Amino acid sequence: MRLQYPPEIKIILMPCTGRVDILHLLKAFEGGADVVFVAGCLEGECHYLAGNIQARKRVAKVKKDFAQMGLEPERVEMFNLSSSEGPRFVAIAQEMTERAFKLGPSPTKQQERKAWLAAQPKAQAG
Amino acid sequence: MVKLTINDQVAEVPEGATVLEAARKIGVRIPTLCYYEAIKPYGGCRLCLVEVTAGNRTFRTASCTYPVSEGIQVVTDSELVLKRRRMVIDLLWSKCPDVPVLAEIARELGLKEPSFIKGKDDCILCGLCTRMCAELQGPAAIGIVGRGAKRQVMTPFGEFSQACRTCGACQFVCPTGHIKDVGQISGKTPKPKFSEFNACLDTRGNIYRLYPQAMPSTPAIDRSSCIQALTGECRACEKSCPAEAIDYTQQDVRETLEVGAVVLASGFQTYDPTKYAAYHYSKFPGVVTSLEFERILSASGPFAGHLVRPSDHMEPKKIAWLQCVGSRDLNHCDNSYCSAVCCMYAIKQAVIAKEHCKDYTLDTAIFFMDMRTHGKDFEKYYWRAEQEHGVRFIRSRVHSIDPVPGSDGVSLRFLGEDGAVHTEDFDMVILSVGLESSPDALNLAKTLGVEVNQDTRFARSSPFTPVSTDKPGVYVCGVFQGPKDIPQSVMEASAAAAAAGELLAAARGTELKKPSLPPERDVSGEEPRIGVFACNCGINIGGVIKIPELVEYTKTLPNVVFADENLFTCSADTQGKILEVIEEHRLNRVMVASCSPRTHAPMFMETIQQAGLNPYLFEMANIRDQDSWVHMHEPEKALEKAKDLVRGAVARLRNLEPLHKMEFPVFKSALVIGGGVAGMEAARSLGDMGFQVNLVEATDKLGGNAWNLVVSSRGYNYRGYLEDLLQAVQNHPHIQLMFNSQVTETSGFVGNFRSTVKTPQGDQDLEHGVTIMATGGKAHQPEEYLYGQDDRVMLAFELDQAIAARDAKVTGAKQAVFIQCVGSREPARPYCSRLCCTHSVESAIELKRLNPDLDVFILYRDMRTYGDKELLYKEARELGVVFIRFDLEGKPQVAKAADGSLQVTVTDPILGMPVVLKPDLLTLASAVLPNPTEELGELFKVSRNAEGFFNEAHAKLRPVDFPSDGIFLAGLAHYPKPIDETIAQAKAAAGRAATFLAQDTVKVGGVVAEVQQDKCAVCLTCVRTCPFNVPVIDYQVDAAYIDPAKCQGCGVCVSECPAKAIQLKHYTDLQIIAQELALAAG
Repeated sequence: MRLQYPPEIKIILMPCTGRVDILHLLKAFEGGADVVFVAGCLEGECHYLAGNIQARKRVAKVKKDFAQMGLEPERVEMFNLSSSEGPRFVAIAQEMTERAFKLGPSPTKQQERKAWLAAQPKAQAG
Repeated sequence: MVKLTINDQVAEVPEGATVLEAARKIGVRIPTLCYYEAIKPYGGCRLCLVEVTAGNRTFRTASCTYPVSEGIQVVTDSELVLKRRRMVIDLLWSKCPDVPVLAEIARELGLKEPSFIKGKDDCILCGLCTRMCAELQGPAAIGIVGRGAKRQVMTPFGEFSQACRTCGACQFVCPTGHIKDVGQISGKTPKPKFSEFNACLDTRGNIYRLYPQAMPSTPAIDRSSCIQALTGECRACEKSCPAEAIDYTQQDVRETLEVGAVVLASGFQTYDPTKYAAYHYSKFPGVVTSLEFERILSASGPFAGHLVRPSDHMEPKKIAWLQCVGSRDLNHCDNSYCSAVCCMYAIKQAVIAKEHCKDYTLDTAIFFMDMRTHGKDFEKYYWRAEQEHGVRFIRSRVHSIDPVPGSDGVSLRFLGEDGAVHTEDFDMVILSVGLESSPDALNLAKTLGVEVNQDTRFARSSPFTPVSTDKPGVYVCGVFQGPKDIPQSVMEASAAAAAAGELLAAARGTELKKPSLPPERDVSGEEPRIGVFACNCGINIGGVIKIPELVEYTKTLPNVVFADENLFTCSADTQGKILEVIEEHRLNRVMVASCSPRTHAPMFMETIQQAGLNPYLFEMANIRDQDSWVHMHEPEKALEKAKDLVRGAVARLRNLEPLHKMEFPVFKSALVIGGGVAGMEAARSLGDMGFQVNLVEATDKLGGNAWNLVVSSRGYNYRGYLEDLLQAVQNHPHIQLMFNSQVTETSGFVGNFRSTVKTPQGDQDLEHGVTIMATGGKAHQPEEYLYGQDDRVMLAFELDQAIAARDAKVTGAKQAVFIQCVGSREPARPYCSRLCCTHSVESAIELKRLNPDLDVFILYRDMRTYGDKELLYKEARELGVVFIRFDLEGKPQVAKAADGSLQVTVTDPILGMPVVLKPDLLTLASAVLPNPTEELGELFKVSRNAEGFFNEAHAKLRPVDFPSDGIFLAGLAHYPKPIDETIAQAKAAAGRAATFLAQDTVKVGGVVAEVQQDKCAVCLTCVRTCPFNVPVIDYQVDAAYIDPAKCQGCGVCVSECPAKAIQLKHYTDLQIIAQELALAAG
């Protein structure tokens, strides 16, 4: 369908979302990603039976930890969709990109974040 | 070849090419309006203006017409060029201010508004339409007439053109959308090509893919309306295809194949409801077929999954389904059978349609006669649809439908169960159309000499050889065998393959070709030497992303020792080049930056194997599907992303390691558990294919439930079949029988199982490649309806035996009553036992034949005589059997009257009052239960559903496989089913098993999880997490062990392990994190 989505989205292939480790999600932020999302099969349709259920749990755990650390939990998300749902993937990609721009650079990138906060019309501390 | 520079980049193109072609080849974008690859360049719009320096002369000219010559320098973006282009587009935009493509180009060149007086035109007189018509299509039906301001495109004298073929090529090529209606040129109505796959709800091109996931996914040209095929003109696609893949000389060829067997899987067509006058399918736009509705709901369908009424795109609020359109009907068609799938698909569509409507509650109603949800787990779905999703089920055959004035909606008039006539309006009505054999399928059958049943027009087969036709060596599966759903079709497909495999056992493997590969180079200890091949994919990638720049960037990445670009990296000559480069640069890792690994990785992995590299030392960056295609309008950002993707892939590749699979010989024998019909048929099939079979039976007798089958109104000789089967199995040279035996231990993996069978003669150890579970089932022993308290109350089997023995109970009876669903479709057992309706109907027919004066009543909830069994239901009614329906809330009451007679009381829904029956024979159609298999399930680590039936790997696609490789199931252990379906499933299990047994070796390992024993704390997390129950604790080393042969490679345990003691090979944390960090670093 070649539906257009924001080029900020970069995809990493995993054998199954069940392989997505909390470590991987955190390392992505460490590397400089501003939002991370996991796109798995529809629940009940996992080729490996339940990998996507495990992934959802891990994403939920990271969200919870983020909230406790003072990071925005919206920076990480889990979605379930099937390979024929191109339009939905685009909608998700757009939503997550918008989120990234709204939330600004992740606090792992201190300099960038400072500059961004300073540039905000109504910068709120913390 | 001619060399020139464009914006300081060197381009090499063949002589005679134009500057524009050279620029496009190296990815330099020049805007054009009057240019089209297949049409001779015209230099009309002047937008493609560039600055050319040839010798000591510099001038500006149209790049589309200027031919290249050696050494010229071209600049496409100098200030002067851009200024002139701005003027050109400004004039055109001012003439046609509302044309989006002009606005887009103008804005790109920095204009905000047209500078001149705005015109009202939308034709820029680029001449593409007239040239397309004259040059490529031939008729020259339109031309440019007039001068100056009056210049315009028109037909001669402004009259309808006789020459115009209404082909629409002019409309297609017009860049501004000026030509809106080709009918204005020819005076005829253009006929679009409808998409067959989308049930003709939308249109398709003349060159098209059948559907997005079609295999093969190569587009095809529809020759019936291809100008080239019809007149020899056009050839536009040939000129547009950079891969030169179009070959007009291809013709249909007649090939002769020498085969030993033929499998007929010609499928079905849906009933055409235009013949059903009362339902006005062709007249009312609100009436659509279920197939059309399926496409409407589909994400890849004509409305991208948005639920709308096709006629006016209105979002429906109320939808009705009418069942049995073209099924169970002799008035409007000859389809007296039940199509067996429509009830279930209607429920599914209703539920999914409701899920589609997130903003409002959709009202759905299914009008049906009998709700036939007889498949595995279907009954539960039916209940959930009604109770959780609120789908309304209305038991009524709608007589006729009327339009709702002023809308595309329709009004249904129907007789409710309360006996009153109701009228209800719906926005849409879905006709649940039935399945029937197509004329083509019938013709093919005739050609092959295959007989069809006159009553159903499906292929004739015996219940004992369900996939064999009358013609020896010709097998049949799927709906052409009889109407059925996907799981049943998949089962029969495997069964037909098994049947052919039995016939052709001697020829198996004789035409296999084995590829030869050079020995693998040992690259351990070597510093990574990476070669990168970047692909232009014609212009698919190169047209958006500047590949030369990407290649230069790639060369700066660590360990990259070679990088180059190709027009098509997947072409055969590029494979040769890759081999040479690996050799020349001593590469030990290869990366391709191109398209999807899903389609192309296996091919490249094979290529590097031919150069002696391990196939896992390969990686792809998907810069087409994930980049150039989806960021088409942002070339700069797309290039940056391509660099990121390549950087990530290189980082991963540096960390990849060779993986080796271990090979084990396959034990060419099977263990079959259960000696009923399913087990015996599977054993016989495998034995006939030449494999050794050990058949383990828990009792002292083969045959199981089949001994109980003694009555058939269809003339089936069950006993004769069973005796023949016993004979064949007992005397089979390849089958070893073990009676009074149980499997007590098992270990190993597909191809290499070792099991222990406890026999009266002592324990016996077996080596086997596959296992088939055929543990069977049994009849439920009810505790209601006086069963066991009165000898006139019996189960179906007991009645059959009495009929066969001509027992006085039967011959002397005056009234016989059957009660259906005894123990089935109840909260305790929420499934339909599938076979009891047919069984009772057959018994009733037999009773009527024995004694036409006998009164026979069948008390039922839904009559589920699916498929051709509907004909039996019809026959029973014709013989005078009376059918009375009851609900779960109003079950019949059975009591013993004071005079000792049996008294059955049931409320007749038509009369609306209780009916009292006094039968001498009361038969209970009791549920089918699975035999207890807890221990066996645990031993083989295969799961069972809440009712105790084994769970197959996938309800639709893998109906005889277990999730663990090499273990299969058949018969009642899977779900209740009649004997013909049991035989088909048993053969299917044998067929699936043979796909493993036919191999000489089994390869184990690759992308699998591996435990680092010293890190393992034996916390059992992996044991609990693995969906396939693979990890076990090895107490000799005090660590978890994951059998590489059983591991499916999902990595769930790896990510869950708290000690990080498990790694998934090829997807280690090191590899994933290296890729992530490199990717995010951009």
